[in-house]
Amino acid sequence: MSLDKIFGLYTIGFLGVTVLIGVLEYMRLVTNQHIGWIFMALSLLIYVFIGIVTRTSNPDQYYVAGRGVPAVYNGMATGSDWMSAASFISMGGALSAQGFAGLAYVMGWTGGYLLLAVFLGPYLRQFGAYTIPDFLGARFGGNHARVVGVIAAIACSFTYLIAQVTGVGLIVSRFIGLDFNVGVFVGLLGVLFCSVLGGMKSVTWTQVAQYIILIISYLVPVVYLSWTMFSIPIPELTYGRILQQNNTRAIEITRDAKEKETRALWKKEADEANAKIKGGNLPETEVETLKAQAALATRQATAPAASEDARFSRYLTVPTGTGMWNFLALTFCLMVGTAGLPHILTRYYTTPSVRQARTSVAWSLFFIFLLYFTAPAYAAFARFTIYAKLVGTKISELPRWVTLWQPAGLFSVVDKNGDGIVQWADFVVRSTDFVVLSMPEIAGLPFVITGLVMAGGLAAALSTADGLLLTIANAISHDLYYNVIDNTASLAKRLTITKVLLIVTALIAAWVSTFRVAIIVELVAWAFSLAGASFFPALVMGIWWKRANKTGAVVGMWVGLIVTAFYMIGSRFYGLSWFGTQTIASAIFGLPIGFLTIWIVSLLTPPPPKQVQDLVVSVRYPKSGQGIKGDPLGRDVRETVPARAH
Amino acid sequence: MADLTERQKQEYWRYNVTLTTVLLVVWFVVTYIVSGVMAGWLNNYTVLGFPLGYYMAAQGSLAIFVLEIAVYAYLMNKKDEEFGIREEG
Repeated sequence: MSLDKIFGLYTIGFLGVTVLIGVLEYMRLVTNQHIGWIFMALSLLIYVFIGIVTRTSNPDQYYVAGRGVPAVYNGMATGSDWMSAASFISMGGALSAQGFAGLAYVMGWTGGYLLLAVFLGPYLRQFGAYTIPDFLGARFGGNHARVVGVIAAIACSFTYLIAQVTGVGLIVSRFIGLDFNVGVFVGLLGVLFCSVLGGMKSVTWTQVAQYIILIISYLVPVVYLSWTMFSIPIPELTYGRILQQNNTRAIEITRDAKEKETRALWKKEADEANAKIKGGNLPETEVETLKAQAALATRQATAPAASEDARFSRYLTVPTGTGMWNFLALTFCLMVGTAGLPHILTRYYTTPSVRQARTSVAWSLFFIFLLYFTAPAYAAFARFTIYAKLVGTKISELPRWVTLWQPAGLFSVVDKNGDGIVQWADFVVRSTDFVVLSMPEIAGLPFVITGLVMAGGLAAALSTADGLLLTIANAISHDLYYNVIDNTASLAKRLTITKVLLIVTALIAAWVSTFRVAIIVELVAWAFSLAGASFFPALVMGIWWKRANKTGAVVGMWVGLIVTAFYMIGSRFYGLSWFGTQTIASAIFGLPIGFLTIWIVSLLTPPPPKQVQDLVVSVRYPKSGQGIKGDPLGRDVRETVPARAH
Repeated sequence: MADLTERQKQEYWRYNVTLTTVLLVVWFVVTYIVSGVMAGWLNNYTVLGFPLGYYMAAQGSLAIFVLEIAVYAYLMNKKDEEFGIREEG
């Protein structure tokens, strides 16, 4: 059966089951809790099944899916590999809180694919290695560059992995009421089954299946809402009108007397908390509580527009000065980070040819675009619901979605001035995740759709975790163990080591995530800057400049990493500030310095050997995919990379 | 690689570099100028109900990125064929 048929039937089957559960819900045969269980069990079973069916021990299959993944499917796999729990659950909410400034994420996480398409993807495919450190090792002769690559790959992938595992735990605990720690381990089973049994091959096909679930579940609630409000099922076309209505409402709310009264009460609360802190002589924990209280009250006291006669609310206001600099810097860092993350780059090793690698980047971005293009609509519709449907209602007659979701603790409605009416300033948001999670109820859809969204969030987190786990395990087993420590290790031994490492890494990640470290979210943003500043310059220079040599690359990667890490830690903890740049945009300094270092140091040291220079030139002209595809002897990469320099 | 002559290689590479440069310039202008620095001013205009600056950053730039990569893949793959570069894969 062809792939199109398999995945077509799978999609229809999945939709059919969803409708069936919907019917059962309508007939009151299943409870909400049952629905959560059914969706989780069903999706995990699908992933485990794919893992078993596609199991393999052939190294080409295991490392690069036999280089046989057609462009469209590699695009879907990259899409779900890329879109994490954060993209799925948190981005819509973050946009609704940040307005225009939040669009840096939308542009950064998509625009990076252009850099990947023109600078890296096709050339890496032509080069035909197994991992990104593999490329660095072969291009920059010897193990030094490879080891730096391994360290950087593990550093960014592991922090990112912990965030995914935390996401799995949150979803499972929120929807089916399992304990967070149990949820984490249940989710990991789904991940491990695929990656251990079939490496990249299983992960690829599971990711395709996960993409289909995640995109359907992301689009359904907001498409339905757009349909009910405007009779146009394309939210991207209709939310412009919503933005304008929101803007008008925001300015009305800024002027409204009752709102002003409520905001003044919050302001008073913030001032009192601050005064207490200044008063001193308080224990550390109490100061922390007061600080949090003051921050929340200050946020509630902030009007949605900067002044009463403003034309645009804060939501639509484009930042200027330092705000604009940070917007541009963050967009840039996210873009280069996107193009430098090893678990995404390795996906382009799996296509059958350079040509398909090019087409595949286009498909990848298209599939990612479908979600990112919709996320701002979530933000606009959520704001509209609160501005137009919630503000002004009686506290005693709250809408259904509010009463349903309030116990989850993501937001609360308080009657600050005691007038029995909900004001905008009465709506206290504790986690903006409510935007995506409660959208099915906001749209008036049955609970089965909420279950579907849960399955989508789970798919987003698991698919990214899959790709990251494999990247970490391969970096250690293939690059560190096989290429650096023992290059006589047999194939069977290497695969065994990879499998053991997958399990160990997954367990460590699960264990770390049970601590629920608050800084994790920040670490993920850091991962982008670190990947951007370390991998991006070395890969681009390695491919595009034949004169770049080993010393230049190694020094450049270290300098990029160190400068970025220096600014990150300095600005986060010690008040360091260059041009007022935010911590998350740290690569804006490390990246250019990294490029410059590679350039200067390479010119100061002898050029790379002639074979390496010839190799760089040969990569420019696509040829037969290096004969790696489907090699029955399982030839290792050393024989397939011509003129490997030592 | 079907054996290309030195001249063909140069021509192929020059085409690639030109295309890459053009796409990057568009990418830069769309992201940092239109959707960044100029977005505040563009918000004075409305498209499909959207303030134009917001529209470009939320939708326009994304659509242009997708198109750019599709154009790149299409043109380079066509160039490959023109030069008789065939891959077995």
